[in-house]
Amino acid sequence: MQARGRCWKFGDNIPTDRIVRTDLVFRPFSEIVQHVLETCNPEFPLKVKPGDIVVAGKHFGQSSGRAIAAKAMKHTGVSCIIAESFARTFYRNGFEIGMPVLECPEITAHVSDGEILVVDIDSGRIVNETTGRQLQAKPTPPFLLDMLRAGGLIAMAERLAGEG
Amino acid sequence: MGRAFAEKVLARAAGLSEVRLGEIVDVYPDLYMSHMASWRCIRTLEKLGTDKLYDPDRIAMVMDHISPARTAKIADDQRLCREFAARRGIKKFYDVNAGIAHVVLMEEGHIRPAMVVIGTDSHSTIYGALGALGTGVGFSEITAAWVTGKLWMKVPESIKVVIQGPLARGTSSKDVMLKLIGDLTADGATYCSVEFHGSYTEGLSISDRMTLCNLAMEVGAKNAVVCSDEVTRTYLAERGVPPDRYTEIHPDPDAVYVKSVTVDARSLAPQIACPHAVDNVKPIDQVAGTKVNQVFIGSCANAKYEDLVEAAKILKGRKVAAGVRLLVSPASKEIVQRTVKDGTYSILLEAGALITNPGCSACAGDGGVMADGEVTLSTANRNFQGRMGSYNAEIYLGSPVVAAATAIRGVITDPREFLP
Repeated sequence: MQARGRCWKFGDNIPTDRIVRTDLVFRPFSEIVQHVLETCNPEFPLKVKPGDIVVAGKHFGQSSGRAIAAKAMKHTGVSCIIAESFARTFYRNGFEIGMPVLECPEITAHVSDGEILVVDIDSGRIVNETTGRQLQAKPTPPFLLDMLRAGGLIAMAERLAGEG
Repeated sequence: MGRAFAEKVLARAAGLSEVRLGEIVDVYPDLYMSHMASWRCIRTLEKLGTDKLYDPDRIAMVMDHISPARTAKIADDQRLCREFAARRGIKKFYDVNAGIAHVVLMEEGHIRPAMVVIGTDSHSTIYGALGALGTGVGFSEITAAWVTGKLWMKVPESIKVVIQGPLARGTSSKDVMLKLIGDLTADGATYCSVEFHGSYTEGLSISDRMTLCNLAMEVGAKNAVVCSDEVTRTYLAERGVPPDRYTEIHPDPDAVYVKSVTVDARSLAPQIACPHAVDNVKPIDQVAGTKVNQVFIGSCANAKYEDLVEAAKILKGRKVAAGVRLLVSPASKEIVQRTVKDGTYSILLEAGALITNPGCSACAGDGGVMADGEVTLSTANRNFQGRMGSYNAEIYLGSPVVAAATAIRGVITDPREFLP
């Protein structure tokens, strides 16, 4: 699995409440995506393109365990989220819904907004095409990679059920 | 080498004699809690096309977060849950009148020491108040557990928090935790199991243990625990759960901790978490005098019976300041009954409080939200932007007595002014 896209960089401790505002939780995704992360960067929901990569500092997705925050990120078309670290519920929810999330403690020091990143999800190898800098994310356990390949936890369960 | 609480509990739930730190194991949780998001679990189950449930008795559903329904869509979702529970023989189903899931499940005797409990809510860490390992997961994972009975978990490192008591005047378990969150920061315990130790925890009420374990989520903890003891056994016995219906698990005396931190509760002042981060914590004298439009006494952190009684002691015979809204949302039906019976409910009403039905209320953005530029002092566990209405509003977090004193004066107020 590979991802390649423009980098959008965010800070530390971004809560799910800022990814999806509480009063929008019950709205359709078509509306939610117009507001994703808007208080962190008003340009993001307007200009994010399919394939783009979100980079963040420590503890991305803190606060609520609601998977809707990870889903909203997926609906923006973002191909991958790389953070120095994640809130554990957001990390789990990423795999659960089939959104690649990678932990790389050095990431924010070596990428900037608009730079092109190429990510090998399986190996965790990250290349900043704009600067040439190479980085290594923490390895993802193989069963979680399987879950991503299947498209998420439920898609994987469906496939296993189909195989009997 | 000794083992900490989480290592021992996860080994038991995985059916292994031993687990290693960092190891990923398949755990068979003892209870799967889902709140209003249960409808998503049911729809996902339908998508899976299976009728098989691993164990209906491990499924608990509580219709909290938005209760009663405020849109036709939500009413439909809740009906789906109600009908599913009836059809599939889910005995641990609690409807919109029950209150906040966490508190309801503990009051009903469903949470016991050494259990592994997963829930569709990050504050599932609260189950550690009864010596269980509680942790939050997404709704698809709950659905998968309904069917397979299992869940992957990484064996966490443990952090030891030593709280030295007794408490200083005018402070509570909430102030202890706000101090800890400020010291450790919002990601200070990410992925870790937090164990509370120290003289303050000895003999501590279950209500205060709930506040400790609930707020441990705000340092990023995977789970938190005050180990079971005589207080736990008494609470459970009062709820119809005798000791022969559970086992207890305690950390080894020589358990290894990745970090140990101390909170000295003896010299603590009331603490306030300021906008817009839970770890932006200051002693109350630095923010006293800040004008508020609303005071909210609610949430799974601080709307328990004891919290309402403490607030009422200050509000008795006094009035909420003109122009300020005091919103009180008891955590459960049982708490409403107890406060009605002992007169606490009337004291709050007479002071000018708006008392809602039991539930998550303003903490989940379900009523009691703020307009642009407004300020709320809340007893809840989160103060992020957009959490309670307008993005251009501010939330300060404090204890129930700080809330009561603030409601009377209309500005953030040190509760010690009202204490003997």
